[in-house]
Amino acid sequence: MDFNFTEEQTLLRESVQRYLADTYDFDSRQKTVNGDAGWNPAVWKAFAEELGILGAPFGEADGGLGGGAIENMIVMEEIGRALVIEPYLSTVVIGGGFLKAAGGAIAEAVIPEIIAGNAIIAFAYAEPQGRYNLADLRTAIRADGDGFVLNGHKAVVRDAPFATHFLVTARSSGGQRDRDGVSVVLLPATTPGITRRDYPTVDGGRASEVYFENVRFGTDAFIGNNGSALALIEQVVDEATAAVCAEAAGVVRKLHEGTLDYSRQRKQFGRPIGEFQVLQHRMVDMFMEVEQTVSMTLMATLRLGEADRARHVSAAKNKIARSLRFVGQNAVQIHGGIGISNELAIGHYFKRATMIEGQFGDADYHLRRYESLMG
Amino acid sequence: MDLNFSPEDLAFRDEVRAFIADNYPHHLKAKADHGEELSKADFLSWHKVLAAKGWAGIAWPVEYGGTGWTSVQRYIFAEESARADAMRLLPFGLNMVGPVIYTFGTPEQKAKFLPRILSGEDWWCQGYSEPGAGSDLASLRTKAERFTADDGKEYYRVNGQKTWTTLAQHADWIFCLVRTDPTSKPQEGISFLLIDMKTPGITVRPIITLGGEHEVNEVWFEDVVVPVENRVFHENKGWTCAKFLLAHERTGIAGVAASKRGIEKVKEIARTETDSFGGEAQPLIANPFFKRKVAELEIDLTALEFTELRTLAGESQGKGPGPESSLLKIKGTEIQQRITELALEAVGHYGAPYFRGFGEGDNEHPIGPDYVHRAAPHYFYMRKTSIYGGSNEIQRNIIAKMVLGL
Repeated sequence: MDFNFTEEQTLLRESVQRYLADTYDFDSRQKTVNGDAGWNPAVWKAFAEELGILGAPFGEADGGLGGGAIENMIVMEEIGRALVIEPYLSTVVIGGGFLKAAGGAIAEAVIPEIIAGNAIIAFAYAEPQGRYNLADLRTAIRADGDGFVLNGHKAVVRDAPFATHFLVTARSSGGQRDRDGVSVVLLPATTPGITRRDYPTVDGGRASEVYFENVRFGTDAFIGNNGSALALIEQVVDEATAAVCAEAAGVVRKLHEGTLDYSRQRKQFGRPIGEFQVLQHRMVDMFMEVEQTVSMTLMATLRLGEADRARHVSAAKNKIARSLRFVGQNAVQIHGGIGISNELAIGHYFKRATMIEGQFGDADYHLRRYESLMG
Repeated sequence: MDLNFSPEDLAFRDEVRAFIADNYPHHLKAKADHGEELSKADFLSWHKVLAAKGWAGIAWPVEYGGTGWTSVQRYIFAEESARADAMRLLPFGLNMVGPVIYTFGTPEQKAKFLPRILSGEDWWCQGYSEPGAGSDLASLRTKAERFTADDGKEYYRVNGQKTWTTLAQHADWIFCLVRTDPTSKPQEGISFLLIDMKTPGITVRPIITLGGEHEVNEVWFEDVVVPVENRVFHENKGWTCAKFLLAHERTGIAGVAASKRGIEKVKEIARTETDSFGGEAQPLIANPFFKRKVAELEIDLTALEFTELRTLAGESQGKGPGPESSLLKIKGTEIQQRITELALEAVGHYGAPYFRGFGEGDNEHPIGPDYVHRAAPHYFYMRKTSIYGGSNEIQRNIIAKMVLGL
């Protein structure tokens, strides 16, 4: 057993940390959040060229750093700490996850574009009726001549407004919720028939409702096999879930640190409020949740390659969703009024924490999934 | 003991129900359904209807223009209002400064202010918290120095800053706790002043909160001149008014009727949303994990309701709201917050889109069903309830000291 990071992994963390500390302060982030574009392409360019982190989980043969899930975990934790809104999760973790698993010509073509910072991928999987069931799909693919046609509506597609490609889950055959008959295709965002309605998200990101109307594509767009991609989708969504757990670890760490700092500075009744035992115990409880968030993230990340991956990922996400709520709510509570003001970072960490709770399934969903898998 | 309403109470309930159904402004309901922010005129429109009916001063004695209703009638009115999704009237005039004025004010103050509070003519806001005085309210530093002006009359000169002042941007008047004796113990040098918001030297600055709302403000006072006759009760005895007011604020804060309606709304959402975990589509309310949380919430609300009814029964026998009302505040706000948690969980992916609200000329329909728009902002917004009105930590201190004698 070895829980030590390699030298390369430590260097990766340090370089990301340093870059974000130098350039990604809260005010710059808010400027981007409130700007027209909703993301900062210059940051993305720096991720690609200065830091090289867009290649973190890709093989050296593809031009990557030769890492994998641990590297994603490291980057995502730092992304959580700095509340980064740029699309590492959707492009590198999810887009990269599908392409690495699928291989072939499409992977050879797109992975270098991801690493170079040219390809931005958005994952269009959720549907208005589907909740967290990945197989509940109305979006449908039908064969048409020597190609295919896609129709449907995807909900809350994060990073869609500035994506160059969409990864779309859809049904090729079977009933609306069958496990068989599910496909995933990679389409350029400019493909005719794709329209979007863009909007901001409550946690500072951008997303879209994406509509597909008679969108035509060829066999080469399929990631995995036509009609049997659900297992692959579940695998990549579990990898993405582990990645948002890592982001959560960064977010709750900052919520806790910020609260500790504040409790030392804020005086009421003639002393720092951190001297009150009731708040000390609360901050100790928060600390224990933070530590367990880190532990469960590591557990899930290390077990992504195992046969019972799904159960472990659900264990982590359930535990971490509860920790996010506890730490977030208490960080706000101990800050008092300024915790709910939009001007301070703490409230924005709380908003992101709240959204991670539900991303790829909330605490209830993962508890239920765990229960169904625990035997 | 009897849990049933008397025939008179039932007749009263029918009257209230019919009145709300016939008179509640339609546009308010539409705005609430869409999650739109209310304008000043919106806030006042229902107030004015109730005032014309003589139902604005719900808890006020008849001699000051109140309803003189029994606690059961007040309970029925709150239930019927929540049932019809009617907004609650703003508390600052009617439930806060009004009772302070009719309890501690001079005849002149009563005659000048009370009718205008009842009618909605004057909009009041509360000047209590300061940047350095939150939970430790008695450490407030906004100072009021007494002086005699050239006209031979006495005035206070007020300097300082209040914060978290709800809807101060609309206010005509602010009631303030100010320090009139800097040399005495914290609670003993405070006075309760009524200040006209149009007085020169007052600046209101917005504070934007997590959901993007502009509801709270900073209020700055720079050499603001206030006539001495605008002080309620004795100089340096304002803390008496403050304690009285906080106890009043706490009973209303339980919000049982509104929470009942809140749970109904969560159930409505959960009946509409589908959950296909395991491959079979069901309404979310059939998900045993979700349903259990709704059931526990209902049970906790019942426990709160009967605790509040016991408190009300005590009040009707002449016991004023005491430190027990801290229990109502803590449990009431916890329940209000849990309702928002469940609503946010229920909407799933559609909790993420941020709906900015309808601006001028902006009539694009928001994303998803009507009930999703405010789920996340409302969850964020309601975090304030365990902070304001004396944080829930402070309320526990009050119970420990005043009820348990620790």
